[in-house]
Amino acid sequence: MQKQTQILLLLSGLLPISIFVAAGVGAYQILPWKIPRILFLQEDGFAVLLYVRFPRVVLTALVGAMLAISGTTLQGIFRNPLADPGLIGITAGAGLGASLWIVLVGGGVLGIWGLPIAAFACGMLVTIGVWKISETQGKVHTVTLLLAGIALNSLAGACIGLMTFLADDEQLRSLTFWLLGGFGGSTWSVVLVTFPIAVVGLFVLFQQASALNAISLGESEAYHLGVPTESLKRVSVFGVALTVGAAVSAAGGIGFVGLVVPHLLRLLGGADHRYVLPGSALGGAILLIWADLFSRTVIIPAELPVGIVTALIGGPFFLWLLIRFKSEVFL
Amino acid sequence: MIELEDVGYRINGKWLVRNINLTIRNGLLWGFVGPNGAGKSTLLRLISGELTPTTGKIRLFGKPMNSYEPKELARLRAYLQQKRDIKFPFTSLEVVLFGRYPYLNGTKETVSDIAIAKKALRKVEADVFAKRLYQTLSGGEASRIDVARILAQSPGLFLLDEPTNHLDPRHQLQVLNLCKSICGQGKTVITAIHDLNLASMYADQLLMLKDGVSVACGSPNVVLTQKMLTETYNTSFYIIPHPDGYPWVMPCIK
Repeated sequence: MQKQTQILLLLSGLLPISIFVAAGVGAYQILPWKIPRILFLQEDGFAVLLYVRFPRVVLTALVGAMLAISGTTLQGIFRNPLADPGLIGITAGAGLGASLWIVLVGGGVLGIWGLPIAAFACGMLVTIGVWKISETQGKVHTVTLLLAGIALNSLAGACIGLMTFLADDEQLRSLTFWLLGGFGGSTWSVVLVTFPIAVVGLFVLFQQASALNAISLGESEAYHLGVPTESLKRVSVFGVALTVGAAVSAAGGIGFVGLVVPHLLRLLGGADHRYVLPGSALGGAILLIWADLFSRTVIIPAELPVGIVTALIGGPFFLWLLIRFKSEVFL
Repeated sequence: MIELEDVGYRINGKWLVRNINLTIRNGLLWGFVGPNGAGKSTLLRLISGELTPTTGKIRLFGKPMNSYEPKELARLRAYLQQKRDIKFPFTSLEVVLFGRYPYLNGTKETVSDIAIAKKALRKVEADVFAKRLYQTLSGGEASRIDVARILAQSPGLFLLDEPTNHLDPRHQLQVLNLCKSICGQGKTVITAIHDLNLASMYADQLLMLKDGVSVACGSPNVVLTQKMLTETYNTSFYIIPHPDGYPWVMPCIK
């Protein structure tokens, strides 16, 4: 108990530090401890901080938190440590929406909002489809939900492939970059749209912590402990769809954060979801801030797509976790 | 008191249990016996509210089953499953504390919840592995943690599906002695049990099922007769009186 509180406090301290460091570093260097003064007195660098760095860092933090908490929730619901936020079709659906938009509709109609709206709507549709397929007489069978998710994921993947095939060179480039994820287009208006969704999503998912603990014993055990299992599944799946939909619409497909962060938290302080959920939100935000910082500074002035960075760091790191702790955790 | 009135449960056109009429008074230890697939677990799950009967009615402590909220029901009855597996690294104490879920309102467990959980661990002599990860326990140790979890749930009705599986003789007796002392407090225990001799030693009342239908009901002396057992299990049995007075059942070859 004590240890979990310490970890949460430590992460709460690391988050603002990460935000300030990331806001300071870039082609135009600003020392983190000078940031409050610059903001306050509107000195040199004010415009860079306010209009370029801060919207990007804040959006990165929100997306990281949303992806990680969604991964934790789905791992809990599916009682499967390998679940990740893409499992219920939302990510692939959003990718399909984005590729349809880029290839078939193209820019003008809704301005910069067209792509995220198409991605969000299509992701939600696919998740609703996954849900409907696995529902019989008001009950959702979890294994069917998982399998339906996998099936619709590969179907959406195939359609994305088709769009890639149809795309011209310029469309192909923007599609590829979108699918790899990135925060290059962060503005305050994107933050403003994402923020309320993140707040609602995180709040709703935090509420499920005790029930997720109980369901780790099994669905029927959770029922016998008084958990309304069907409504728990519904709230969790659609809470995840909402947050991941918003995250993917804002930043494209960013892998591994939702899978790795919950495991990291469990290794550090145990599996109690009342600790893992808030811990994942903080940890996901911090991790993605640093991944994005790396992606935009490593080959200045160009940028690596952040999805590549998370996969490059996340993949080997996850393997290391597996090898190091396989006997203790992944029995 | 639990009342079952003409209870039946059908799935995919097959009746798993049928025409069950049963009144279970508080403070008794009931055993459900019968061959594999006789409907013992199904009947327990119907009484727990997890399954809804296709026909008939179940009343729990004077009210119809479906009039209870999930958490309200969880404070009245607890259920111990046969299978168990947890994929995440919870400690034994944390698992036992899950038993307090119906008493929490999204809040942290209080000092008294933790005291109740620790007391439950001591009752099954499992306090020594309170801090160990549940996943690292042996089958028998994990079973005792699960028993502690439903003790911590402190209901009036305990539904146990084969609670003595995986346990050595000493811990089998320990769990059943625990059931006896629970009944002594006026609470009710219903257990599905394969071991007819343990059933004979401990149960106040037995219900024998075959193919989903009740074939005998009453005290062990009434139910565990040579004729009844032979017909129910399609196997021959010897019955001899145990030195302590209850019928002792031995299957015989051929």
